[in-house]
Amino acid sequence: MATPVAAVELKRPTPLRLPQRVLPGFGLTLGYTMVYLSLLVLIPLSAVFIRSLGLGWGHFWDVVTAPRVIASLRLSFGASLIAALINVIFGLNVAWVLVRYTFPFKRLVDAIVDLPFALPTAVAGIALTALYAPNGWLGIWLLSFGIKVAFTPLGIVVALTFIGLPFVVRTLQPVLEDLDKEVEQAAATLGASAVQAFARVVLPALWPALLTGFALSFARAVGEYGSVIFIAGNMPMKSEIAPLLIVTKLEQYDYAGATAIAVVMLVLSFALMLGINALQHWALVRHGER
Amino acid sequence: MASAEARIAGRRPAPSRLLLIAVALLFLGLFLVLPLLVVFVQALAKGASAYVAAICDPVAWAAVKLTLTVAAIAVPCNLVFGVAAAWAIAKFEFRGKSTLITLIDLPFAVSPVIAGLVFILLFGSHGWFGGYLRVHHIRVVFAVPGIVLATIFVTFPFIARELIPVMQAQGKDDEETALSLGATGWQTFWRVTLPNIRWGLMYGVLLCNARAMGEFGAVSVVSGHIRGLTNTMPLHIEILYNEYNYTAAFAVASLLALLALLTLAGKSFLEWRQPELRHAVAQARDRTRRENT
Repeated sequence: MATPVAAVELKRPTPLRLPQRVLPGFGLTLGYTMVYLSLLVLIPLSAVFIRSLGLGWGHFWDVVTAPRVIASLRLSFGASLIAALINVIFGLNVAWVLVRYTFPFKRLVDAIVDLPFALPTAVAGIALTALYAPNGWLGIWLLSFGIKVAFTPLGIVVALTFIGLPFVVRTLQPVLEDLDKEVEQAAATLGASAVQAFARVVLPALWPALLTGFALSFARAVGEYGSVIFIAGNMPMKSEIAPLLIVTKLEQYDYAGATAIAVVMLVLSFALMLGINALQHWALVRHGER
Repeated sequence: MASAEARIAGRRPAPSRLLLIAVALLFLGLFLVLPLLVVFVQALAKGASAYVAAICDPVAWAAVKLTLTVAAIAVPCNLVFGVAAAWAIAKFEFRGKSTLITLIDLPFAVSPVIAGLVFILLFGSHGWFGGYLRVHHIRVVFAVPGIVLATIFVTFPFIARELIPVMQAQGKDDEETALSLGATGWQTFWRVTLPNIRWGLMYGVLLCNARAMGEFGAVSVVSGHIRGLTNTMPLHIEILYNEYNYTAAFAVASLLALLALLTLAGKSFLEWRQPELRHAVAQARDRTRRENT
C-alpha cells in the first residue's frame, strides 16, 4: 500500500514562488489605534455633546442666543472668513511665484512660509501686537492714515491671516507643480493673453486645491486662540472671539455655558467642512481630469 | 513676435513677473518676517544683560523644564500611535479605512480651547471622573497630567498623517520578502520598515514637537496657571506680557522663536533628504478625494 502514497506526494505541485505570508500585526496595530483614538479623542469629544444634552434644550438655547455669544460667534466666523479669503488670494500669488519663477533666496522664502506652523501662537500673538500697536513699527505708520489695527477686529483678521497662510500655499504647490505648462503654452499659441490663459486654463484646474486651502485655513482660524487674544483687545460684543468667551465662562465656573458654546462651534465647523467637501466634490466632477 | 515667442516658451513678460514676485515677497515680509524680527528686537531692547536675566529667572526655567517634560511625554505617545496607525492603514485593507483617517485628523478641526474644555469636563471637580479623582487624591486638571493630555490631543494627528502616505508609498514588498526569508514580525519592523520610514518619522516628530512645545490654548485651559508649577513657556510668556514685563516676555518668546527656526531648518533638511515628504500629506489627501469621487 506504499505506492499510492508516494504517487500522491509526487503529484503535489512544487511551489514556484516563495510562500507568501500575510504581514503580521494587523490586529495589534489596528486595535491599539482604535483604543488610543477612542480614549484620547473620541470619548473626550463626546463628553462635550453628552454634557450639553444635560442642559436641556431651553437652557441651551438661552445660552447660545445671548447677544454676547452671538456677537462672538459672528466675529469668529466672520474674521476667519475674511482671513481665509486674504490667504487664498495672496497664498495663490506666493505659491505661483514659488513654483513658476526663480529668484534669489527662493529656497529660504519657501522655508519661511511654514513659520506659522512652527512659531508658537503666543509668540506670534505678542509679536503681531508689538508690530501693530499704536506705537509699533507698522501701527504708528497705519495710524497716520487713521487705521487702527491692534485692539480692533482688524487685528483679529491680521492674526488669523498669519495663522492660516501656509495651509493655502502648501495645498496649492503640489497641484501647480503637476499642472502641465504645455496647456498654457497651447493657449498662448492660440492667441490667449497671459491673463486669459490663467483665468480659463489654470484657474479651473486649481479650484479644488483653492477650496481645500481655504477650508483648512478657515477651520484653523475659527478655533484659533493664542495669537488672537493679545491683539484683539477682547472687548465683549466688539472684539471678543468665541474661544475666548469659552475660556471666560470656564473662569467663572459656568461649565454649562462653556459647553453650549463649544457645541455650537463644533457643529458649525463640522457643517462648514461638510459643505466645502460637497463643493469640492462638485468641482472635481465638473473638472473631470483632476 | 518676440512677446508671442516668450509666451510660447512659458515665460510671462518680465514686468508682470516682477510685480507678482514683489507682491508675494512684500506680503511674506510683512506677515511672516517682520513678526519674527520684532521678537528678537524687543527681547534685546534693554540690552544683553536684561535678556540674560530674564532667561535665567528661576520661574522661567521652571517653565522651560515643564515644556520639555510635557513634550517628552506627549511626542513619544503620539509616535507609537502614529507608527501603529500607519502600519494598520498602509499595509492592510479593511472596511472603514477612510473614516478612520478622517477621525485621526479630527483634532485639527477642534479649537484648542475646546480640547482643553473636554478634559475639564472629564477630570475637573464637576467632571465625570471628578469625584473618583478627589477621593483618591489624584490631580489631573490644573496639574501636569492635564497639560500632557491636552497636548497629546492637539498634536494627535501630526505623526500619523505624515507616516501614512510614506508607508503607503513604500508598499509591503520589502516586508514580505523579509518574512519569507525567515525574519519574525518584530525583526521585519525594526530592520526593514523602520529604516525605510526614518525620514518621514523624523519629519512627523519634528512638527509634532514644535506644536507640543508651543501649544497655548488647550494648555491654558487645563493648566490653572500656577507659577513655577503648571506654567509652560507659552503660558509664562502670557503672564509676563500681561504684567507689562515686555522685555522678559519677548526674551522667553525668543527661545521659542529659535525653536521654530530650528524646526524650519530641520524640516528643510529632511525635505532635501527625501523630497517626497514635502507634499506627501497634501497629495495623499488629493488622491483619497479623487478615489472617492
